[in-house]
Amino acid sequence: MSAGLTHLLSVRDLDRETAIGILDIAEDMADVATRAVPKLPTLRGRTVANLFFEDSTRTRLSFEAAAKRLSADVITFSAKGSSVSKGESLKDTAQTIAAMGVDAVVIRHSASGAARVLADSNWIDAAVVNAGDGTHEHPTQGLLDVFTMRRRLHGAGSRGRDLDGVRVTIVGDILHSRVARSNVWLLRTLGAHVHLVAPRTLMPSGVDAWPVTTSSDLDAAIADAPDVLMMLRIQSERMHAAFFPHEREYTRQWGLSDARFARLGADTMVMHPGPMNRGLEISAMAADSDASVILDQVTSGVSIRMAVLYLVLSGGDE
Amino acid sequence: MTILLTGATLPDGSRSDLVIADGVIAEIGTGLRAESAQRIDADGLQALPGLVDLHTHLREPGFEQSETVLTGSRAAAAGGYTAVHAMANTSPVQDTAGVVEQVASLGEQHGYVTVRPVGAVTVGLAGERLSEIGAMAQSRAGVRVFSDDGHCVHDALLMRRALEYVTGFDGVVAQHAQEPRLTEGAQMNEGEVSSELGLAGWPAVAEEAIIARDVLLAEAAGARLHICHLSTAGSAELVRWAKARGVRVTAEVTPHHLLLTEELARSYDARYKVNPPLRRDEDVQALREALADGTIDAVATDHAPHPPESKECSWQEASFGMVGLESALSIVQQTMVDTGLLGWADVARVMSRTPAEIGRVPGYAEPFTVGNPAHLTLYDPSVRRTFGTGDLRGMSANSPYLGRELPGRVIATLHGGVATVLEGALRDPDEVARG
Amino acid sequence: MLTRTVLQQADVTRALTRIAHEILESNRGGSDLVLLGIPTRGVLLAERIAATLEGLEPGSGTVGALDVTMYRDDLRGQPTRTPQPTKVPPGGIDGKTVVLVDDVLYSGRTIRAALDALNDLGRPRAVRLAVLVDRGHRELPIRADFVGKNLPSAVAERINVTLKEIDGEDAVTIVGRHSSEETR
Repeated sequence: MSAGLTHLLSVRDLDRETAIGILDIAEDMADVATRAVPKLPTLRGRTVANLFFEDSTRTRLSFEAAAKRLSADVITFSAKGSSVSKGESLKDTAQTIAAMGVDAVVIRHSASGAARVLADSNWIDAAVVNAGDGTHEHPTQGLLDVFTMRRRLHGAGSRGRDLDGVRVTIVGDILHSRVARSNVWLLRTLGAHVHLVAPRTLMPSGVDAWPVTTSSDLDAAIADAPDVLMMLRIQSERMHAAFFPHEREYTRQWGLSDARFARLGADTMVMHPGPMNRGLEISAMAADSDASVILDQVTSGVSIRMAVLYLVLSGGDE
Repeated sequence: MTILLTGATLPDGSRSDLVIADGVIAEIGTGLRAESAQRIDADGLQALPGLVDLHTHLREPGFEQSETVLTGSRAAAAGGYTAVHAMANTSPVQDTAGVVEQVASLGEQHGYVTVRPVGAVTVGLAGERLSEIGAMAQSRAGVRVFSDDGHCVHDALLMRRALEYVTGFDGVVAQHAQEPRLTEGAQMNEGEVSSELGLAGWPAVAEEAIIARDVLLAEAAGARLHICHLSTAGSAELVRWAKARGVRVTAEVTPHHLLLTEELARSYDARYKVNPPLRRDEDVQALREALADGTIDAVATDHAPHPPESKECSWQEASFGMVGLESALSIVQQTMVDTGLLGWADVARVMSRTPAEIGRVPGYAEPFTVGNPAHLTLYDPSVRRTFGTGDLRGMSANSPYLGRELPGRVIATLHGGVATVLEGALRDPDEVARG
Repeated sequence: MLTRTVLQQADVTRALTRIAHEILESNRGGSDLVLLGIPTRGVLLAERIAATLEGLEPGSGTVGALDVTMYRDDLRGQPTRTPQPTKVPPGGIDGKTVVLVDDVLYSGRTIRAALDALNDLGRPRAVRLAVLVDRGHRELPIRADFVGKNLPSAVAERINVTLKEIDGEDAVTIVGRHSSEETR
């Protein structure tokens, strides 16, 4: 495997070998969770700072759990009730944490590119892990999604495998989705075929240059029997900016209703990055079915984040 | 103070000496002498008429943390400029005779360049009512260019009225073409790169649709129209079409739109965030051709200073704009002269004579003519330098060229016969103010 | 640079067979024995010893793998290592005699990490250590119970262990300026 990561900013920085390496290490991490003492001493004495300018309880807790399971110390800055919410800049916040001495910063920010700006600056001398930057990327989400797919498909024989030939269909607000972007590039790196379904207004303008097929017809996509159907959350603000007329129309055209769910292949996995709008983009039945790996996605998240923290914090000092 | 310039190469390529006295060109010839004159050896240097910028932000009054009339004038002189049009988005806005007179007189006091304030088209740049255009035109500032730059005059009725109204004062409306509804929250050019980077797009059609409308309005009104900072191939096409129909439209392009593309945004480095945004390589090439064939009439810097905290942050949080007075001539040399698209006589046209004509700035119609004001700059095209913060003379450092190797250097600038730059260095404010 | 072959294929086989017998002897039989090899070559050696044990006393050849990457104390300042899988046999290790198996015993830090890893997996009754080569230069108070060959060596010398399954042939070689004495 190539040398450890300096930062994890974008899945586009991962080649096939490195991506599979991360998934394989996550397999080991998942095994740790089954032990009597579900901890490793690997990152003892290291400090991880969670810098969450955008509120997200689930991702934050997932990173905290991952760091603690590796025996690292964790400090958390979250947007509400801190100087961050009083308008302290990214630069000042970063320099404050740097003064406290941290080895890694996990950053979530509402501005695309914030993780990259932090990593390229000289404000902090730590490894940077992107936990979601605006509408750009959410690399650990992409990794945990493919990890979940791989495990569902190959079980105990997952180690070392890619997703060659696997057919993944992603449905929803692609335009504003960092999860979609991370998934598209990572799936391509691992050999999967990606199909995007959305109304034209929610497709990025440059999508024709992406290594994907696109359409606005969900029923045709389902008839094609994909291996994975990933539903993205739809935000009601999009309705007010005239991306689609109203929620009922959205659900009728692009929602995973009970009827559509019934037409899915027996082996098709249903995924959702969460949080879900039950009844809007995904029906309750579909979300709670055996085909749904949504809870596996959550479990995988901790293992993937453990693997990522291990990789960015080990390795020679440059 | 009399000045004797020897061995300068004029825009037409001929070598000449010049004697400058009492602010005007006193003599042109070869082998000239002048007693007790300050001598400037211009051997090997390209002489150009003083450059005239149609589009600068001096930030004073109101935003003196970014720039002042003094620091902006100094930056301009260092770039070879002797006149700049100061845009109206100050605080208070330049929408009354009082404010424009204040800005003009500050420029006059400092003496580095002639400051021509631009009058706002609408009160407070709010796009609702016309400002006191007539009063500003008749004030001591003699405003001829009117613009809400920073904002688009998007209301069709208001734009029509403005075009018609300024004809009474020999004015021109300079439009910042940006349909606001198509560019809400926009961060960079809309296209493949913005889709990948997850940054909201600023589509080309938002500029082109306004230009298409405005050239037809100008035609119907028989009025002059100027398009600020043209940035797309489509916009150039529209201006070409309009001129062929006889519409009295002129257009400017910035140096950065002649060189830089949207690929630079991939680093998320906010020094490259500007309005209108950097576009594709196809647009850069089309703009160069349009400047070469006269579709675009002038180069204008859109010099937009910002303090460090507005650029040392995420892209989304950053302000739009780049400084450009000090680097303009070097960029034009690199993109247009060194590529064979323009000669130095053309540079004199697009960076001095034509912008002065559009802005009705006196004294630039016949440069290097005995009896005319001595506004000129001496430029050395043969050197190369790594552009750094040391080359910036204004208050702000938000230049996209830091660390780049650029050709050429301004060696001397004369504003009305007063040297503002000598031997490549700015002269001190008290020396320039005294004359 | 001198390369000397200290053990050839036949020597390696004999050493492993002897170790298997010694394990059975010291354990008084094959019950409650679990061999855990330390990746990569330790695992192959453990499997071979387990096969021999199985042949001598059926049911005694329980074998698995114990990866110690996450327990090392030298993660900073070394290139990133990829962990290998840890495979604990179905019966677990609680109450068992665990025999750790590795190819070379040197500073002892790998074994210290292995002891920490074992600690998190369960509570063995006893832990023993079998190595193919002991080259001395211990930095911690760690001792091997079963040794294929003692090879006192200079720090500047490199000891290479190759195994049929991954390197094509079984051999132990020393690469360095000085030849070293053999002791048994």
